[in-house]
Amino acid sequence: MKKLALIVAILCGAILIFATSEFPEWGDPKAPANLHVSPHYIKYSVKETGVPNIVTSVLADYRGFDTMFETTVIFCAGLSCFLLLRIFNEQTEEQGVYYRHMPTGIVIHFKRDDVDIRDKDFELIDSKLVPYDLIIKTVGRVMIPFIQIFGLYVIAHGDFSPGGGFQGGVILAASIILLAITFNLKTAISKINEKTLGVLSALGVFIYAGIGCLCLLLKGHFLDYGKLAKILPVGPIKARALGMLGVEIGVGIAVMAVMIIIYINIASEGKHHEGL
Amino acid sequence: MWILDLIILALIIVCAVGAITIKDLLGTAILLGAYSFMMCVLWAIMGAVDVAFTEASVGAGVSTVFFVAAIFRTTRRTRD
Repeated sequence: MKKLALIVAILCGAILIFATSEFPEWGDPKAPANLHVSPHYIKYSVKETGVPNIVTSVLADYRGFDTMFETTVIFCAGLSCFLLLRIFNEQTEEQGVYYRHMPTGIVIHFKRDDVDIRDKDFELIDSKLVPYDLIIKTVGRVMIPFIQIFGLYVIAHGDFSPGGGFQGGVILAASIILLAITFNLKTAISKINEKTLGVLSALGVFIYAGIGCLCLLLKGHFLDYGKLAKILPVGPIKARALGMLGVEIGVGIAVMAVMIIIYINIASEGKHHEGL
Repeated sequence: MWILDLIILALIIVCAVGAITIKDLLGTAILLGAYSFMMCVLWAIMGAVDVAFTEASVGAGVSTVFFVAAIFRTTRRTRD
């Protein structure tokens, strides 16, 4: 059976490789993909939308409907991860809590779960955690603000340079995940808790769909950002650029929240007590 | 320039084949991250900078972290 599967796989691969010889040359201006709508985008997108990055104008404006449902797919991924993995009753096999006395490095194990020390010298740690490492923590603490600023830059600057909501949102989520890895999961959750994340992931999709519905209310088509000029103090071309920025911000919020939800639920098996 | 393309394509194939043959799942996750990063470099060479950026952040960054987190909670060895 395994040999048969190997033969079928090799045959399929050979046919696929053979089929690539029929492909148009890379960058061929006469390729079918470059004849239909691409010339229009290349010639007129800057004039029509006021956004220098053609990719962003295609993704967020000409093909805005598509991107909206991509954001919805991301939202659904986070939702299903939450529904499948999250465990709410925490009575199962708790082994107490661990605290580390920072000046001496001694770890104290409390058998009860309800111990809560709020002292500067004591630090809550995970039971499986590696020893205290000053370098990792300091590097994490120094890096996180810069990563977050870079994420915000990528979202806000998506109209002019490569980047946009998806990438910026992932970078913002990466900063929180770095916090969860270098410190521990509880520190990350105390900075941005579960309820906020749920609200943010829905809010991102809502911003996107809301901008689309706003265009409907202003007697345009769905996601027809040019109609936003009626309520914004700018012309219709600038309004399209601003509409794209709003949509990108929505995508960024949704992606950031969903990535953090997925990470927290996978790393802690849905218990949210300790993770990677 | 085509030598660089060839080297990167060879590395991509090595990473992809390694990712499905290695028994250690943590190594597989790292190799998949390397594979994504090589794809990112290839896309950047071809001029698709937006796609390269997405691949670098989502493929090489966050999905590797997800794999490592899943391995941390399950097992590091494959059964087959």
